[in-house]
Formats: sequence, structure tokens, C-alpha cells
Amino acid sequence: MSQQAKMNIVVCAKQVPDTKNITGQAMKDDGTVNRSALPAVFNPEDLNAVEAALELRDRFGGTVHVLTMGPPTASEILRESLYRGADHVYLITDRRAAASDTLATSYILACAVKKLKPDIVLCGRQAIDGDTAQVGPQLAEKLGFTLITYLEEIVAMDKAVIKVKRNIGNGWEVVKARLPVLLTVMDSANTPRPRAAKRIMKYKKAAVKSELMKKIDEKLPMDYAADVKEAECQKACGQLAEKGLLIQQWNLEDIGADLAWCGMSGSPTKVHRIQSIVLKGGQYKEFPASDDGVNKLVGELIEDHTIG
Amino acid sequence: MIEVNRQGEVWVFAEQEEGKLSDVPLELLTKARELAGKLNVHVAAVLLGKGVAAIAEKLSAHGADKVYVVDDDKLAHYQTASYMKVVCDLIRKHKPQICLYGATPIGRDLAPTIASAMKCGLTADCTDLQIGDHADPATKENHKNLLLQIRPAFGGNIIATIVNPHRWPQMATVREGVMAMSQADANRKGKIVAVASGLEKFELPVELVESHRRPKKVNLKAARIIVAGGAGVGSKDGFRMLFDLANLLGGAVGGSRAAVDLGFVDHDHQIGQTGTTVRPALYIAVGLSGAVQHRAGMQESAKILAINNDREAPILSIAHYGIVGDLNIVVPKLIKTIRAGAGVK
Ligand SMILES: Cc1cc2nc3c(=O)[nH]c(=O)nc-3n(C[C@H](O)[C@H](O)[C@H](O)COP(=O)(O)OP(=O)(O)OC[C@H]3O[C@@H](n4cnc5c(N)ncnc54)[C@H](O)[C@@H]3O)c2cc1C
Repeated sequence: MSQQAKMNIVVCAKQVPDTKNITGQAMKDDGTVNRSALPAVFNPEDLNAVEAALELRDRFGGTVHVLTMGPPTASEILRESLYRGADHVYLITDRRAAASDTLATSYILACAVKKLKPDIVLCGRQAIDGDTAQVGPQLAEKLGFTLITYLEEIVAMDKAVIKVKRNIGNGWEVVKARLPVLLTVMDSANTPRPRAAKRIMKYKKAAVKSELMKKIDEKLPMDYAADVKEAECQKACGQLAEKGLLIQQWNLEDIGADLAWCGMSGSPTKVHRIQSIVLKGGQYKEFPASDDGVNKLVGELIEDHTIG
Repeated sequence: MIEVNRQGEVWVFAEQEEGKLSDVPLELLTKARELAGKLNVHVAAVLLGKGVAAIAEKLSAHGADKVYVVDDDKLAHYQTASYMKVVCDLIRKHKPQICLYGATPIGRDLAPTIASAMKCGLTADCTDLQIGDHADPATKENHKNLLLQIRPAFGGNIIATIVNPHRWPQMATVREGVMAMSQADANRKGKIVAVASGLEKFELPVELVESHRRPKKVNLKAARIIVAGGAGVGSKDGFRMLFDLANLLGGAVGGSRAAVDLGFVDHDHQIGQTGTTVRPALYIAVGLSGAVQHRAGMQESAKILAINNDREAPILSIAHYGIVGDLNIVVPKLIKTIRAGAGVK
């Protein structure tokens, strides 16, 4: 086995509200979004990151791990990763991680990623709910990995030196760096492979402990003793684990995170104020969509020297 | 992280490429002057590169009281590790209270890395920056004169203001065109502070093999008229119509993020919070709803014409002229009328 065959590749992925599909239904009267009406999706560029990881594994050998932080329902994107070919997946879930800004998020992810001893970490360039593109670079800094943003193409890898093409906005460049590296991946880098039917069959029942617990909660009467429920849950976990379908679930202790750097206390940015914008509306001059209307509109624009 | 330092300067990262400054640092200097005026402190630009000393004067002319110049062969090409180290060293030494970066590919690579190393906050793609007080709702502590970092928040018609009360410097990125650039004043002379990089070879982990630049596909900021399309335009083909109209008017074509995501038009054309901000004489919004993130990039247009088949579309609320109707009918009519040189008097 070559040295690279033992390569550990870790992808950090996020489940996001589908900001691309804000339909009328999802809008409240005050013009804000009803988040619960928005479907949760695999952040698009994180799918490109998963694809890049699978490509690396296919070409150079190794193991692909996919990691996400979020509520138990975020396990959906872990199953999606399994369907596409990921070897191992992990959920970091902990209420104390809520309200983390990008700095606290990258700290928590770094604690978890370190456990997996990666040679290469991949993140999508940015998540569509914020477009900040900050977590990837911050994670690289926390890990002490060489950062290469905006991946377009994996060109080659030789003796732990990776060569890639990256997008620099007004063009591209090819760079080389020694592993370990963290790459952020653009949507233009690849086309994510579809789910494999066989893997869907195999992994559709994969779940984290919290999901099993939720099912037990729904099944058993409210007043059931907590320890009975816990025992039920342990049993269910054991059964799934035997089939290799129990998704690992970590809390902040499991990854050795210092609570001071997580959640609200670990986040230097604070919300000072949220303002709703009220649009007055209706003050525009309307022209009908007819020949005459368009003619009048153009006339007016010429008259006041806006065009012409 | 550095401690709160009320005497700290307001810094602008002066991004340059091959000895040329883009507009963003100059736009940021204009804003930095305003902020520094309120805080009664100095504005400084931080200029890294090889053979860049000559552009320091331009930064002074645009408002920098001081320019930290780090001129070194090792900084000839941008790479994260070396630039981060040099800027972090400068921050630790001079303790600025505010650091602003362009939200460019380089700024979006560098600023978060610095924020992580300094364990300070960073707000991306701010659409406005102000100075104001912040009362901590939990501790009731009152923080005077913080940097208010303003940007649309996900979730509809809402704008969030973010602050970093404790862990400084207060850092933000801003897209091109968001801040208006003031006139250069050649008589303004700043202090040039030459700084040694102190970089070692091992601090350059990335080796550049090859690079290719292409000119930007469109200069939206310079356009007097912009024809912008959204998801409603329906296809790349539909956008041809918008290019025709723009050509007729001597204008440029813009797009919403949805139009860009759908592949109707290239990302260079995106207008809004995470695209370019424009202030043309006429903005023709075709088949775009006018989400808060989009409006952030065009609402200061002198005249706005909205063409939309939905009377409730927010874009109509900020429009001066509106046609409620199908764009596939209205736009060809517009093209025909203008081509005929018409428009009744
Ligand atoms: C973090 C973040 C950053 C963002 N940054 C940006 C940004 O920089 N720029 C940006 O634009 N968006 C940005 N967005 C996205 C923004 O929230 C909206 O989703 C987007 O602007 C919607 O694009 P649209 O108006 O083209 O599409 P829609 O909202 O789908 O609007 C389409 C419009 O076309 C009209 N229409 C449809 N068919 C016709 C027809 N035949 N004739 C006439 N009209 C028709 C409809 O009535 C509708 O008003 C951002 C979002 C997030 C979360």
C-alpha cells in the first residue's frame, strides 16, 4: 500500500435553509421568512466538497469522513453523504454550540476534525444562508493547515504534495502545497455524483442516537421513566451499530472543546439590533404594458435626459 | 485578540495586485476617514507587496494619515500564511481599533484567517458602517463608540447590526462599490512607515506554479444605465434580450443572485450585497423581485424602472417607474421603441 492510500480526508458540511427557493409560502406578511416553511438542504458547495473528497479517494486512495455540526435533523446530509460514497460520517450536536458565530463554529469543528487526524480537509467555499465564506479559512488557521481557497480542479498529488487549480476571481492559478491542507471548493469544481441506489438501500436507516431517542419519545407515553427510555434507546443503538448503521454523535465534551470558546461566549460578534424594513410602496409612476404605455415611458425618460 | 484600545487607529487593508490598487481600498479609506473623525483617531493603510512603495502616496491622497509599507520579495504574490503573519504582527504591535478589508477573493481569504488568529470578530459583506453605542442586554454594560457593522440578515426584509464589544480589533469586509470614493487630494501627505516583514522562507507554504488573469467581464460601477435581470427572465436566452436593450442604451447588464445561480449570467454581473453595488442614472429591473440583499446593491440608483408581473414585488416599492406585466412582452416593446428612436414628446 502506498503511503497515500492511508490518507484521511475530512469534509465539513452544513445543512442550510434553502434560500434559493423562497416561495410565497415561506414569506410572512411582515416580509420576513418563515424559516420552518423553508426546506433544509445540503449546502450546495458542500456537496462539491464531498465530490472533491470522493475524487481524491478514487484517484489517490484514502478514507472519506464527513462531519457536520447542527441539530439531530442535520443527520440527513450525513445520510446523503453515505449515499454518495462517504466512508464515515459524524454529527456534532450540542445545545451549548447554539448561537456560535463563525469563529466559535470553526473552533468546534477544529476540535472534532483533529480527532480524525486528517491529511486533507475540504469545505464548501461558502454556505448560502450567509455567504460569508469565513469558516473554511478560520478552520485552516485553527488546525494550522495550509489554506487553499476557491478550488477549481485537483491537478495532481505526488509524495504528499498536492497541486491544484484555484479561481482567483479575475482568473485562475495553479499552486502546490505540502499536506496537510484545507481546501475550500467552488461549485464550478465538479458535478456532484448522484446517490447510488445500492447505497441508499444500505444506509437509509442510518441514524444518530438523538434520532432514535426522538422516535422512542414519540412511541412511549409521556410519563415513561427516563431511565426506561434510555435503556430502550441503548438497545436500539446497539442494534443499529451491529449493522454498521449507527452514526456517531458527539457533544462538546466528546471532542474535548473548551466551553469558553463555544456558543455565545465563544463568539466575539454580538447582535446589536435587528431592524425590519418597511417598504412604503406604491409611489412609482405606472405605465401600462401596451405599445402606448412603453412609448410614453420612453418619452418621459428621454425628456428628463435619463436616456437618449 | 487585543484589548479595547480607544486611541487605536482605523485601518484599511490596501489590497494591490502587481503594484496596482483596486478601487475597494480607496472606497474604504473614504469611509475610514468618516469613522476616524467620529472617534478622533488617525486612519492608516496597510500595504504589503513587492515594489509597492510608489502607491503609498495614492493612499495618502485618498485619506490615509499613515501608510504602513511592508515591501518584500516574499510578498510579491499573495498567499494566506505570509500575509496573515505580517498583518497580525502589525495588529499586535499597533493595536488598531478597526480593520477594514475589501470583500474580494483575497480579502475573503485573509480577513477570516486573521480573525481566527487574533480570536476577534469579523462581519462579512457589510452594507454600511457607523459608530455608535451598544448596551449589552445581559450585563447592562454600556460600550461607547463601537463599530456598528450593518448588513442584511438572512430571513427576509431584515437588516442586522453586529458589534464586537470586547475582542478587538473590530473587523469587517465590504464589497466593491458599497462605499462611495472621495476625490483624491494630491496635497494630502501621509506619513510612510516602512516595516520589515520578518518573514522566513518556511512561512511561504504555497508555491505558485502558473497563473492566468482575465479582464473583468463587465464594469458595472462605471455604467450610467444598468439593465438587470432576475429569475423571472427564465433562461440564458432570455438574458440576450437584456443585453440587446443594454447595448441600445449604452449600458451594462446586471443580474440577481438567483439569475447567477441559475446560470443565466456570469457572477461578475451580480448586483447586491454579495455582488457589486451600483448607483447608475437608470436601473432597469427586469423579472427580479428586489430582495433586501439585492436592494442593498442598487437602491441608490437615481432612477429605477421595474418590470414585473407581480404587483406585490418589493422592487416596485422602491421604483420610480413601473410596468406591471410580462417581461417577455414589455422588453421587446421597449427595444422596438428605443430602436425606432421614438418616445412621443
Ligand atoms: C447571504 C445572502 C446574500 C445574498 N446576496 C444577494 C445579492 O448580492 N444579490 C441578489 O440579487 N440576491 C442576493 N441574495 C438572494 C436574495 O435573497 C434573493 O433570493 C434573490 O435576489 C432573488 O432573485 P430574483 O429576484 O431574481 O428571484 P425571485 O425572487 O424569484 O424573483 C423573480 C421575480 O420575477 C418576476 N417574474 C417572473 N416571471 C415574470 C415575467 N414573465 N414577467 C415579469 N416578471 C416576472 C416575479 O414576479 C418575481 O418578482 C442573497 C441571499 C442571501 C441569503
